[in-house]
Parts: sequence; C-alpha cells; structure tokens
Amino acid sequence: MLPMPIKHSFMTRRDLVGYAILAAIIFIVFPALLEPFRLNLFGKYLTYAFVAIGLVLCWGVGGILSLGQGVFFGLGGYCMAMFLKLEASSPENTAIQSTPGIPDFMDWNQITALPWWWEPFNSLAFTLVAVIVVPVVFSFIIGVAMFRRRVGGVYFAIITQAIAAILTILIIGQQGFTGGVNGITDLRTLNGWDIRTDEAKTLLYFVNGGLLFAVLLIAQFVRKSKLGRLLIAMRDQEDRVRFSGYDVANFKIFIFCLGGAFAAIGGAMFTLQVGFMSPSFVGIVPSIEMVIYAAVGGRLSILGAVYGTLLVNYAKTSFSESFPELWLFGLGALFIAVVMAFPNGLAGLWSEHIEPRLMRLWPGATKGTAAPDAEKTPAE
Amino acid sequence: MLDYNNKNFVLMVEDLTVSFDGFKAVNDLSFYVEPNECRVIIGPNGAGKTTVLDLICGRTRATSGSIAFKGQNLLKMREDQIVHAGVGRKFQTPSVYEDLSVFANLEISYPKGHGVFGALFFRRDAAVRERITEIAEMVFLTEHLGQKAAFLSHGQKQWLEIGMLLIQDPELLMLDEPVAGMSVAERRKTADLLNRIIADRSVIVIEHDMGFVADIATRVTVLHQGQVLSEGSMEHVQNDPKVVEVYLGH
Repeated sequence: MLPMPIKHSFMTRRDLVGYAILAAIIFIVFPALLEPFRLNLFGKYLTYAFVAIGLVLCWGVGGILSLGQGVFFGLGGYCMAMFLKLEASSPENTAIQSTPGIPDFMDWNQITALPWWWEPFNSLAFTLVAVIVVPVVFSFIIGVAMFRRRVGGVYFAIITQAIAAILTILIIGQQGFTGGVNGITDLRTLNGWDIRTDEAKTLLYFVNGGLLFAVLLIAQFVRKSKLGRLLIAMRDQEDRVRFSGYDVANFKIFIFCLGGAFAAIGGAMFTLQVGFMSPSFVGIVPSIEMVIYAAVGGRLSILGAVYGTLLVNYAKTSFSESFPELWLFGLGALFIAVVMAFPNGLAGLWSEHIEPRLMRLWPGATKGTAAPDAEKTPAE
Repeated sequence: MLDYNNKNFVLMVEDLTVSFDGFKAVNDLSFYVEPNECRVIIGPNGAGKTTVLDLICGRTRATSGSIAFKGQNLLKMREDQIVHAGVGRKFQTPSVYEDLSVFANLEISYPKGHGVFGALFFRRDAAVRERITEIAEMVFLTEHLGQKAAFLSHGQKQWLEIGMLLIQDPELLMLDEPVAGMSVAERRKTADLLNRIIADRSVIVIEHDMGFVADIATRVTVLHQGQVLSEGSMEHVQNDPKVVEVYLGH
C-alpha cells in the first residue's frame, strides 16, 4: 500500500536511454565521423569530462564549490607523465646528455642524479596506483583541514583556488624536478608501446571512453544511493543533517576525494592522449574552466557534464582558431549567460524545453532521455 | 559537582553559562528534567530559550557549567554523538530538505547507515519502509510521501520535521515552537500528536501559545534574561507575580 515514489532504482529507463545515446555518440558517431587527429582532440575534451562529473557530485549535488580541480587533474597527469618520461629517458635515448638516463630537463638544470621521489615511477604498477592515490591523499588532507573546521562556501572555493595557484608556482619554480613551465614533454612509449601513432591514439580514445563510462556509472551509483540524497540534504539544510546524527564533515571529505580521483583519471588519460603535461592544466584558469563545463552541462546532471565539456571545448577550439584574444571574454559571457538565464544548463534546456516537445510529437514513442540529445553536441 | 549517574533525572543542567562577547545569553542556569516529563520553557523574546536548546544539542558551546544526559557529559560530545546518545532537536523554522521527497526526508532520519559507507550501501528494506509509513501516518503525511517537501504547507513541514525526529526515537525530544505559524485546526492536531508522542519519552518544548502550553505541560520553566524566573506547574507559574510582571502581563 505504499504510494509510488518510493522506488529508487539505480537506473530508470529514462537514464538508460540517456546513457545509451551518449555511448553511441562516443563509441560510434565520433569514431565514424572524425579523422584520427580530430578524434584525438575529442578524446582530450573527454578527459576534462572526468573532472566535470566530479564537480557535478561535489558542487551541483553537494554544494561544495572547488575552484581547484585542476590540481587533481594535474597530479594524476604528472604521475603518468613521470612514468612515461622515465621510459623515454633510457640511457640509449639520452646518450648525448652529460648525465645519460635522467629526463632531459633535469640534465639542462644541472641535476646529475634522479631524485629519490622519481625512482618509484620506473614501475608501471606503482604509477597506476599513484595516479589515483596521490591526488586522493592530497584531497583528503585538504578535506580534513577544511571540512573538520567547517570551512565552506566561498571560503572553501577561494582556498582551493589558492592551492591551485600555489601548486602551479611550485611546479614552475622547481624546474629541475618538474620540467618547469614547459612541463614534461616528449613522451613516447608506454611499456614499449608507441603512444604517438594514429592507431595508438585511437585505441587510447576508446580506453578513455571506457573509463569515462566506468566513472559515469560510479557517479550514478553515488547519486542514487542514500549518500546522494544526503548530499542534497546537506546542501539545503546542513544543520538538520548534523542534528539527524551524521558527521557532515566525513561526507564532504568523501565526495571531495571522489571528485579528486575522477579528475586524476582524466589527467592521466590526458597525458597519454596528448603526449605531455604542463602547469597550464593545473592553475586557476583551467580549474575555473572546468567549473564552467559542469555549469554549462547543468550542474545537477552527470550526463550533462559530458555534453557541457564537449560543447565548451569545441567552441573554444573553433573560436580561438579565429579570434584567440576574444575567447576568454566569450567564456566569461557564456558563464554569465548560464548562471543568469539557464541555471540548469544544457540538461535543464533539454528537460524543460526539448523533451516535452518531443513527447508531444511522438507520444509514447520515447519515454524520454535524461540528457541533451545528439543535436546539442557539436559533432562534425 | 554534578552526579552524572543520578537516575532520577534524564537531563541535568547545572550552572550553565554562555557568554557572547560578554553578553550572557544564558546565565548560571540550572534545571532538571525527569523521565517522561514534558517540560515547557516560556519567556519573553531574548530570554535565552533557544540558546538553551542550542547548548543541549551541541550547536553552541557553553562557557561554563555542565549538562548531563543519562550519565553522559554532553558538553564533551559532537553534535552527531549527542543525537546518537538519544537527544533529538526540532528547529524553530521548519528545517526539512525541500528538494527531496517526504519519504526521503524521513529516510535520512532513519537511525541506520550514518557512516559514509553505511549511507552508500544503505538498502531500503521492508523494515525501513514500514517504519516510514508508520511515522508518516502519525504526522498526517501518508498522502504526501511521494511529494517534494518544498510543496508542503508550513504546518505540514513542521509535522514532517517532528516525524523526522520521531523516527529516530529519541529519549529526549526538544521542540522549538512546534505550532508557530499554524492554523487553529493544525494546532489542535499538533497538540493531539504531541500528547501521543510524549507518553514514553522526555520532552522539552519552547512555546508562546499559553493555551497550547496548558494542554501539554507537566511543568513549566519561565526564563528571563538567561535565568530561571519561576518553575513549577502551569497554575503555579501563572500566579507567580514575577512572571505576571515580566511576561504574562504584557
């Protein structure tokens, strides 16, 4: 005799259609329509979607705005880059250096031995663990330091932004250990497999897509669990949650770490697909851009985050090819437009305007899909 | 020194003082709540009524004094630990999760899965559903279980929050103005509800509506400027000249 609402399945039919459409776009439409160079470019865009999905959970659902997600993206990317760089710096490849066998930028900076904390990155297994663990430990430390003291809202946003700035400065300043402003470049092989060929890039695109769906499903699980509802509850009435017997800080730390882990996977896949990592993906500007991806997609929609990321990045590439100086203004305007006019982003446009019309056109044909449709994403 | 193991009282508050930048909102306050008692706290605005509840549930930290609940020192505990010890608190303005359904609101308050992983793998089993339906019926919200809490009327939100406390089954229930803003009919229903739920637990209620107070109170404490002005039965308090002067007389 329970009234209907009480079913909370992991995935409704509506969700399922949304995921199926996205899967079709990523695994069929893009690879079919795009030449390898463009496909690689879209693969790069999709690595940012990992960050945007984490932001949907942290910011959209949980109300925790982090303006420093680039930090975790960067840490994941740097861990991967360190492994690839060591592999590219074998004594044979670096015979002309004064100290063969260490990364070239170290040699240029008069460093004569590999620093101890670079050593473990000779191991692929260690690297794959470090890609996740290093950023998660870092986000855990930030989370404990902030949320235990009940730092939240704008203060948290500003502090994360400061951390992004600090890490950038640190990386640039420690040129001999990090490659400085140029980052870690000239990456060649992964366990002997050349990642620069078109075939490798296409394969990496599909690996990236697979990981993206794994992350999407984890996010979906979290969103549909009681923890997901608790995050919404905390966003609206933090005190009520606290006085219902929950230690609110633990939940914030968890979701912040999860967002950090997602971002880190994206960062590692970025390094693999693009072939380098540099501080320009760590700092304030990229971190804010990542928030804009989530905002444009609709900050409550997990699938929307992917579409938002694709749309903004595609616009960025096309726009900055023709008017490079205007792009940042365009991005700013886009952010203002989203906040003022479409607070629920693409997902909101879809569910409020497009979906009802489709339903009227084909009553009963589709039970509706959860996210903006193919026509909203820029396919070529 | 406070005897934390005194079995005659559920809650013992002694010499409690809290000072906000020198202003003593609660000043050397002592009172004792017995098992199954319904204590109503009244007093003019700014008397420190809400602050007392804040101190008991850990929202505000005391400057000095002690609060003992069933042998435990509440002043040393975190808010969620105080809840788990058995103290429930309803806020003055209805605090419900507007974006969630009434069902989900009650579910979050269900006393299970309070850790991160407990919440992640929390299952909505038959016991949970049964308990939620039972509570929803008590607080007149059976018809509204599937609705977003944002669409409830003010009175219904108050009931929902009371329901969210009931589902925790606290031994000490603290209600801050539970009938504020309710219609006469809603008030009557609420008094009825409270009379049912206070039967097997201790309750502290802050209320201004004297008719309502007379309806539910075992004993009444009158606060004035952070101190107890008078304490006793409703009749005793109403006839206390000090009380008439500072509060009821107006």
